[in-house]
Amino acid sequence: MTKPDVVVTGLGATTPLGGDVASTWDAMLAGRSGVGLLTQEWAAELPVRIAAQLVVDPSEVLDRVRLRRLDRSEAIALIAAQQAWADAGLAGAGLDVERLAVSLGSGIGGLLTLLAQDDILETSGPRRVSPHTVPMLMPNGPAAHVGLELGAQAGVHAVASACATGAEAIALGLDIIRSGRADVVIAGGTEAVVHPLPLAGFAAMRAMSTRNDDPERASRPWDKARDGFVLGEGSGVVVLERADHAAARGARVYARLAGAGLTSDGYDIVQPHPEGAGAARAIARALADAGVAAGDVVHVNAHATSTPVGDMGEIKALRAALGTHPVLTATKSMTGHLLGAAGALESIATILAIHNGVIPPTINLDDPEDDLDIDVAAHKARHMEVPAALNNSFGFGGHNVALLFTRV
Amino acid sequence: MTREEITTGLAAILEEVAGVAPADVAEEKSFTEDLDVDSLSMVEVVVAAEEKFGVKIPDDEVQNLKTVGDAVSFIEKAA
Repeated sequence: MTKPDVVVTGLGATTPLGGDVASTWDAMLAGRSGVGLLTQEWAAELPVRIAAQLVVDPSEVLDRVRLRRLDRSEAIALIAAQQAWADAGLAGAGLDVERLAVSLGSGIGGLLTLLAQDDILETSGPRRVSPHTVPMLMPNGPAAHVGLELGAQAGVHAVASACATGAEAIALGLDIIRSGRADVVIAGGTEAVVHPLPLAGFAAMRAMSTRNDDPERASRPWDKARDGFVLGEGSGVVVLERADHAAARGARVYARLAGAGLTSDGYDIVQPHPEGAGAARAIARALADAGVAAGDVVHVNAHATSTPVGDMGEIKALRAALGTHPVLTATKSMTGHLLGAAGALESIATILAIHNGVIPPTINLDDPEDDLDIDVAAHKARHMEVPAALNNSFGFGGHNVALLFTRV
Repeated sequence: MTREEITTGLAAILEEVAGVAPADVAEEKSFTEDLDVDSLSMVEVVVAAEEKFGVKIPDDEVQNLKTVGDAVSFIEKAA
């Protein structure tokens, strides 16, 4: 059986760089950092006092009563999904909702709700705990709210693979359309955990940058002075659509999702494989799935989180699976690490690089690692034709996801 | 406390919890049918009303509170 073509017809996002895709993309091309100092009182005693927070608070978009029932991660997923839906021209288009599915996850889930309601439980007792607590903290909550908003009836799925979640959700969306179960899938990721507990937890793992005195320079993938990732919050959503379905309604197509490759390391719960073996296999699978030769991939939006070990392991994987010819970028240098939303936001950046013929820069790459033998679009955006590009995502647990997008 | 004062107090809770316009709140209005208050929000209304009016509204009593007037009568008696 031949696989049906799947294309991307809509994009939506709310990020540390902007409240929508257009403002986020403009900021990326300008090389702007979304990282700042945490001015909240609770941050004062933390070893890590920087993060990349949303530019547009959900309260500026959704009404107060609605937000009472939504965890922040759910609210921003809903906002990004509404944008993507409208961007795809599907608002009011009368789509058959029995052929509409959702695949959207979060790395951590409704943590802010869990902790806030636990405070209420401790201070005011069980009767004061909100009746909305469970639907706000359940990990499928963001996907379920998006499905509810759009009336999706072909299945609602919440992928969880830590920092690979957003990419894996998109890969699942591809499978769903190929299987024939849906014509359109709303796919992506969301994360909102800027709170002392995860900051302390990640800091305890020594995984985070402590460059508190210079937040905008803290996220610096492949730079010799990198000292860990910077936590970010946000959501990214794409509309995946069977190509003939998109053509029949005359939809604007950004790019084709040509293939996906998924593997697991079987190595360590948090450490990436030092040679990037699982990542290399994921990339090889994505190429095979897409029927694209390694030599034709001209750009990679890397996972590159700015941790000492992970960044160079990925370079080894890229070298093994693709060669040294693609132009790399690490947009986390600007957005910070959006955990479960990272793969979705970086897929959007990859798709727009193809669509617009420009690769967003990697900022702060002032002193590259000696082993970095692949060209990086450092400091400035790179204008070039991008017929095929790859997006890598890896997650705690040893998840590796490679998505291959091509120009239509 | 007069029935009117209780109704006004409930209207403030309904606005806060469920976004109901205070002008729409009247004794004959049904919480679910007219004011669009779903079951989870009704729980919030009950807990907020207990606090505001210093009463106890048992869970098995809540199902009998179909209209704003039913709630006003219960609070009037219990207060």
